[in-house]
Amino acid sequence: MSTDNRPGSSRMRLRGLIRKEFLQIVRDPSSIVIAFVMPVFLLLLFGYGVSLDSEHIPIALVVEQPNADTADFTSAFHQSLYFKPMEYSSMRDAEQEMMAGHVQAIVVLRQDFARQLHQADGAPVQLIVNGVDANTARIISGYVQGVWGTWMEHAAMQRGQKLKMPVQMEQRIWFNSEMRSRNFLVPGLVAIIMTLIGALLTAMVMSREWERGTMEALLVTPLSMREVIVGKLLPYFILGMGGLALAVGMALFLFEVPLRGSLWVLFAASALFLVTALGMGLLISTVARSQFVAGLVALIATFLPAFLLSGFIFDIGSMPSIVQAITHIVAARYYVSILQTVFLAGNVWSVILPNALALVILASLFLGLTWRNAHKRLE
Amino acid sequence: MFGRILALVIKEFVTLLKDKRTRFVLIGPPLIQLMVFGYAATFDLKNVPFAVYNEDRGSASRELLAAFDGSPSFTRVVQVTHADEIAPLIDSKQVMMVVHAGPHFSADMLAGSPASLQIIVDGRNSNTAMLAINEVRGMVERFNLEWISDHGGTQPPAYIETRAWFNPNLESRWFFLPGIVGILTMLLTMLVTALSVAREREQGTFDQLLVTPLRPIEILLGKTLPGFIIGMAEATVIILAAVLWFKVPLLGSLFTLYTGIVLFLLSGVGVGLMISSFAVTQQQGLLGAFIFMVPAIILSGFATPIRNMPQLVQYITLVDPVRYFLVVLRGVFLEGVPFHLLIPQFWPMALIGVSAFSIAGWLFRHRMY
Repeated sequence: MSTDNRPGSSRMRLRGLIRKEFLQIVRDPSSIVIAFVMPVFLLLLFGYGVSLDSEHIPIALVVEQPNADTADFTSAFHQSLYFKPMEYSSMRDAEQEMMAGHVQAIVVLRQDFARQLHQADGAPVQLIVNGVDANTARIISGYVQGVWGTWMEHAAMQRGQKLKMPVQMEQRIWFNSEMRSRNFLVPGLVAIIMTLIGALLTAMVMSREWERGTMEALLVTPLSMREVIVGKLLPYFILGMGGLALAVGMALFLFEVPLRGSLWVLFAASALFLVTALGMGLLISTVARSQFVAGLVALIATFLPAFLLSGFIFDIGSMPSIVQAITHIVAARYYVSILQTVFLAGNVWSVILPNALALVILASLFLGLTWRNAHKRLE
Repeated sequence: MFGRILALVIKEFVTLLKDKRTRFVLIGPPLIQLMVFGYAATFDLKNVPFAVYNEDRGSASRELLAAFDGSPSFTRVVQVTHADEIAPLIDSKQVMMVVHAGPHFSADMLAGSPASLQIIVDGRNSNTAMLAINEVRGMVERFNLEWISDHGGTQPPAYIETRAWFNPNLESRWFFLPGIVGILTMLLTMLVTALSVAREREQGTFDQLLVTPLRPIEILLGKTLPGFIIGMAEATVIILAAVLWFKVPLLGSLFTLYTGIVLFLLSGVGVGLMISSFAVTQQQGLLGAFIFMVPAIILSGFATPIRNMPQLVQYITLVDPVRYFLVVLRGVFLEGVPFHLLIPQFWPMALIGVSAFSIAGWLFRHRMY
């Protein structure tokens, strides 16, 4: 394609293209907004907003016949940090509150609660949870079990006994012993935000040239396709790394996520991921001739898959195997895994290397397809 | 007037549908995504790999561990024989959890003193870790009660009977699928509208549109109706798929559901049009749509409850139409909530829609004269 093969001229051509891209970036500030303002804004919003730690869950306590025993039981709920209990005397009122969405669960102590307490079979405590949000429902039922346990221990202590259950569970949570959900959510959010930004930065650049007819002008220059791709990639790579550095800095210093691995591993993996994300944007941009289609595809193919299929919130192992297979082409999946490991566990090579390799394969796939697709158009 | 609007609507549809790629992008991905995400979005653990480190030779530990093997949530992948093997297994993510019974487990149980079962969990994904721990706790408690009734011991004075309303088996898919309906509908409607005016501006045809006899309000309507119609069709198809394919129960009335959809589309199209009238280029239009949509989805209560958010972020979610729509969808689908109880969700969507339209209309006029 290019006839001029003197060594210096390729670099010069490339420099010219890169300069043009930079000028375009500076003149339409939306790229700069994407690279620097978006990560900060999104990470602030999500870092504080996204949390799975439930506290002060509103629940209804229905006590049909209040007395000393029931008061003893309900006080355990009032003391719990997880619940905001409200007491009702009839089931009807509580049901209405549940239908209106004001309470998430109802705990019922029947009329003969006090009498049954002293019988051999024990007294039933009825727990009705709103099952619509199944996850919260499970968390609530776990917390109610916890409250029930404390109450029994307390009651046994008052009788001067010690509560004995045959098996006692001891849990140890590695890497995140306080179970701060932020520690795992923030690295995941960094991955999602960077997927978005990487694709957004490049999704429009090729299709814009096609739509405006300047692509053909670019093709009659001595620039080879490889040079065009490098020239389009490099400026946005630099911008993206800047945004990424901001995001990682915020994760470390603002959200205080511990970094147990080394910074250079984090940096290298991030650079690799950014090339993959930008490559995907370029591919979209090349295949879709119009900016409209490119934008639509970029949004559909990046944000939601990164959000739902990366293992960021939903466990990949629990998905059906076809869906698990699909997650393999989601670059964010590998990056989420690397980030969570480097941040919380350390440099565990058995996790980092396979994931990094997968990113290399995906990046070459995207860039190779871009190259091939752009090539075909020349004819 | 209607003839003119109709002409513009037809023109918009032709622009959208004449291109093969655009046509595909409008129809294909939403359906594929519903299928993939419908199966992906679940908090129900399945086949979580775990290892057993059993130092006990008695039968009690074997009985308890049998409960793990019977649970669909967990899959035993390795048997550990030495404590040193635990760390590499968890570090490399080969297993998510290690269950450890000490050498005196069965002896302790038979002697009537509490035996301890140690659970080591990978906390890198603390949500999965928490779900796994909850699951194990339930199994241990059931085992305890059985043991007491078989071998004697003090029964606890009270016990808990749990029932879940609206979703008795606690299938989290039922919770997420209506949410996916909302998200996909939002995505498409907003993009179609957000880019429509920006495209005309960029291509210079907006000026041509302005010199036609169409009045600003007519242009506004002509530009929004296509997004509205596409959104309506999209929502209907996705709802049908959710009900017929995924078998999510639809308990409430269709009238209530469609009232919600119409109001939601009104707000989505309104915001899209507002972004569109701000933007000069399509890139800016797309960027605007992104900046609105991404937080609108993540903070809508789709995956993480709004209740958990700090107060300030909770206030921000008040302008998020998805938030209200999700309540409507989940309420109508799973709880059969009657119309009047959803009015608190309806009017904010209407308000967002009307305000966005007013701003868009003002911008139209402002930039024209």
